[in-house]
Amino acid sequence: MATFFGEVLPVFSRAVEEEEEDEDEEIRRELEGRREITIQWCTGSRASTESSLDLSFTCSTFLIAVGQNAVGFLNSFVQCSGSWEIIGAVTLWNERVKGTDTVNRQFPTDSSCLLYRLTSNPMILTCHCSCYMADDQLFQWTEKVFGNIQKRNLEVIILSSCSVTEYKSPSSISNITVPFLRALKTSAFQETPHCPLLEQPNVISGLSAAVLSYCQVRQIPAVLYHCYSDVTTLDSLTIEAFRPLLACKSLVSFVKDTSRSAEILKQLVDMSKIQSNLYT
Amino acid sequence: METIFIPSGNCCVNLKGYTLIMPVVSVGNVGQLTVDLIISTLTLPRVGYIHSDCLLPVVGNNPYATTSENSAEICICSEVYASTDRKLAVLQIRSPIIQGKHRLFRQQLLSWIKESEFSKVVTLSSSYAYQRVDQQLIGTPLRYLATPALQTIVGDKFHTLKWKELERVAAFPGINEVEQEISIPGGGITKSFYSDRVIKTPWHRHNGRSRVLGDYCLAVASHQLSSNSADLTVR
Repeated sequence: MATFFGEVLPVFSRAVEEEEEDEDEEIRRELEGRREITIQWCTGSRASTESSLDLSFTCSTFLIAVGQNAVGFLNSFVQCSGSWEIIGAVTLWNERVKGTDTVNRQFPTDSSCLLYRLTSNPMILTCHCSCYMADDQLFQWTEKVFGNIQKRNLEVIILSSCSVTEYKSPSSISNITVPFLRALKTSAFQETPHCPLLEQPNVISGLSAAVLSYCQVRQIPAVLYHCYSDVTTLDSLTIEAFRPLLACKSLVSFVKDTSRSAEILKQLVDMSKIQSNLYT
Repeated sequence: METIFIPSGNCCVNLKGYTLIMPVVSVGNVGQLTVDLIISTLTLPRVGYIHSDCLLPVVGNNPYATTSENSAEICICSEVYASTDRKLAVLQIRSPIIQGKHRLFRQQLLSWIKESEFSKVVTLSSSYAYQRVDQQLIGTPLRYLATPALQTIVGDKFHTLKWKELERVAAFPGINEVEQEISIPGGGITKSFYSDRVIKTPWHRHNGRSRVLGDYCLAVASHQLSSNSADLTVR
């Protein structure tokens, strides 16, 4: 589209074109192979691959944190006490996956998501996903991770966040205190969420939507707590916005001591800050 | 191919002999908006989900909410609603098809349509208004596209309704005006889905016709022939 000033701008529209699917089959297969998601589980002292199909974790509460703020909340407020062990790692590649993670050397350094279990209560699992997941990997990730978890008596809590610019409301955003939480729950989830439900016409997409859709279809009680924030990077206010979740029935049972939360939160935020500037 | 349909309740859903109305994600989302109106006007209950790896996952609260109780039900990217009295099933697709998965999605849909044994399939779609040929500039923007065989069953209903069939356009305009083809620009998978049902299908034949609604939209209705001759009658 050409504008009055002569520059040519790309046109975005809801129009839909049928794509030309004339890519070489071999190229497509190879690309699909590269984008495949792999899970490594650590059972006992040895790491085992996901090909052990008998591997099935019993779980009563599965907390999934999507994005760095949600992961920050789990680290600061949920996993700040008690002993947590890494039981698995999900590895994936796409064009936006950055570098390698050298923190946990037991698993491949390019692990994208780590799965933890509470040592004192092995029925509590958490998953930290701070990497970008492409559209074509969302369904696969969900099917593969939940494929190794028993669905009976399972409850899933998903945490995610996004920019408040994506929130649609008839009233002005300036009347709402940011950051704020909204919830979506599956039909099987009986507990009342600890924040208002997400109003129409807002929708959630991405990994949290993929997991919640999976739970709805499989009739698993699940709730998504989504934080709208005006900061898109790691931010202490956004992380603290998830605090109402600590009143969840399933969290109350094992989150006993949050005395170290402030300290851990400060460490996380300091780590993410730019360490030096031009003038020091 | 594993079925993409998962019932929402605990009992099985039997859609045999039903008419299926489904949208195609196309320009202006006309098909999807029409399906939303059908579902909310007829207050159709949800009977199941389309759980496919080909659609972008999306969740939100009930867009057809009428009370505070039912406003808390979530909806996912693709669901099936049905009315037993009307023998009508309606598929809603709320998100785009993932890039590179168009063909697989068409296969999954066709496979489900075959398994469900629908008697007719009506596809609602749309096309760019700015790419109309001369005849399409006059009169109603509504067009239908009929696949063969259903014509004999439905008879002259379309003629009675004074609907116009979608015009074929030159396959190579300016070079060769003789070779004509169906053109549905901006119609997403409409044309290939229609072609799949007419030409492909080594396992069974789909015959049908399509109908255009709204601001230059297209609907394709197809009648499914089964090996059981008792199903050949279309009501």
